[in-house]
Amino acid sequence: MKTLSRIYIPLIFLLLYAPILVVIIFSFNSAGSLNHFDSFSLHWYKELFSDAKALTALKNSLYLAVVSSLIATLIGTFAAFGISRMKNRHLKTAVMSVTNVPMMNPDIVTGVSMMLLFVAAMSVPFIPIKFGRATMLIAHTTFSLPYVILSILPRFKQMDRSICDAALDLGCTPTSTFFRIELPMVLPGIISGLMLGFTLSLDDFVISHFVSSPDFQTLPLYIYNQTAHEVKYSMYALCSLMVFAILILLFLVNFAGSVGKKKPKTAGGIK
Amino acid sequence: MRKASFLEKFSAVPHIVWILLFVVAPLIFVAYFAFTDTYGKFTFDNITMLSSYAHIFLLSVCFALIATAICILIGYPLAFFISQLKPKTQKVLVVLLMLPMWISLLIRTYSLMAILDNGGLLNSMLEQIGLAKVKIVGTSGAVILGMVYDFLPYMVLPIYTTLSKLDKRYFEAAADLGCSGTKTLFKVAFPLSMPGVVSGITMVFVPSISTFYISQKLGGGSFDLIGDTIERHFQNKSTYNIGAAVSLVMMILILISVAVMNRFTDENEGEGGIIV
Repeated sequence: MKTLSRIYIPLIFLLLYAPILVVIIFSFNSAGSLNHFDSFSLHWYKELFSDAKALTALKNSLYLAVVSSLIATLIGTFAAFGISRMKNRHLKTAVMSVTNVPMMNPDIVTGVSMMLLFVAAMSVPFIPIKFGRATMLIAHTTFSLPYVILSILPRFKQMDRSICDAALDLGCTPTSTFFRIELPMVLPGIISGLMLGFTLSLDDFVISHFVSSPDFQTLPLYIYNQTAHEVKYSMYALCSLMVFAILILLFLVNFAGSVGKKKPKTAGGIK
Repeated sequence: MRKASFLEKFSAVPHIVWILLFVVAPLIFVAYFAFTDTYGKFTFDNITMLSSYAHIFLLSVCFALIATAICILIGYPLAFFISQLKPKTQKVLVVLLMLPMWISLLIRTYSLMAILDNGGLLNSMLEQIGLAKVKIVGTSGAVILGMVYDFLPYMVLPIYTTLSKLDKRYFEAAADLGCSGTKTLFKVAFPLSMPGVVSGITMVFVPSISTFYISQKLGGGSFDLIGDTIERHFQNKSTYNIGAAVSLVMMILILISVAVMNRFTDENEGEGGIIV
């Protein structure tokens, strides 16, 4: 059993990482081919950075990830607080089930449903909306919300309520109790929710595919369009860069997580 | 008991408004489009037309089921082996397992193509050692392989989470009572880890059955799955209604199967299931 485990684990991980490693290695290949590795070169990276479209897509992706995760975290933090204090059980269950819908539904259904909403809204004369930045922002905020709430909600639930009661007894108003006691206590949850929203937005392709327009492209959409017909080695470079970015981000998240709290406890198993 | 403050009462309101507008309303529009024609008149035509898509539904379900089964076969032993290791090694391996989940599906599928494509690494290697090229992209095996490769971590992680939470004394007791290692795995660990298996199944099956990128890339356009059908119908305004009907039916099918799956687990607390 033990020897089997020793062979099996590395083998599966090797298979899991092999394709990504191939892309990273061949993104540095001066010859545009998978046949042989000619020599190390940054040619494809140069080509990538000379493409104005790629840079615009990067800008759009970052903008979208920052703004949508901020909105989702803002709404989600208050929502988690409100939900944790809801007295009506039925209302609580109803809100939680609807909240989880975008997480349960396949992305494609979320995407087309939002697309249909926007199509319908556009047929109403006084709503000035068109596919692009605004629709993408709404969609990305919507699919990040459940994840943000799920990473904050357990912290509100685990919190010792007597601390808040003490603050109230000592003359603190409910609002300032929220901002001075509760908010700082759930801060780790808020930060991980924000990070989660950021990466989800950066990563999303399926939902964006349905609610965007050709003049507002994000990186995944750009990759999709570029790789539609042929193999492009500058896309290898882009994919490698994105993998590196994720590595750095993941490292930062783990690092921030271990500094923020003493015990490595993750909220509800969410990473 | 003190009265609820203003903030406690109303802080969830923006969220509720948001999800009513952007989660509930869109789903209502899916249903609306599914039951109307292009002029907005009520009709059952879109739904009755779906019988001609039966083979697509069947193919998608088959592909997704096969991919899910392979993921269990590969993923369960992996999760089990990892859970038997030293805690420190476990942590490292879990991070390694999660890393691919953070990398865009697009990139992972595309990188798989770098190996499997006709001019890909595998074929150029075969050529160099003097063997004939094999055509992989465009076969059903390639599509299933793509699903397995893309979604395997989603199977392993929930199983690992439940396994690592299990009381190790169960295994010791089984060993004391004369159970062999393999037998312990099948008779003790597996039944106890069912909740993880169930959430793993949902997390692999749902994206597999609704994918369109994997079948477009690795299927070489020769396979039409539900996802492809939906995607194609939403390219053109005149076919939105049929696309909405397909989406609606798929959503309902998935909701039913997820509900049935969750029946299999007695204590379904949703814990360990949600890992992005």
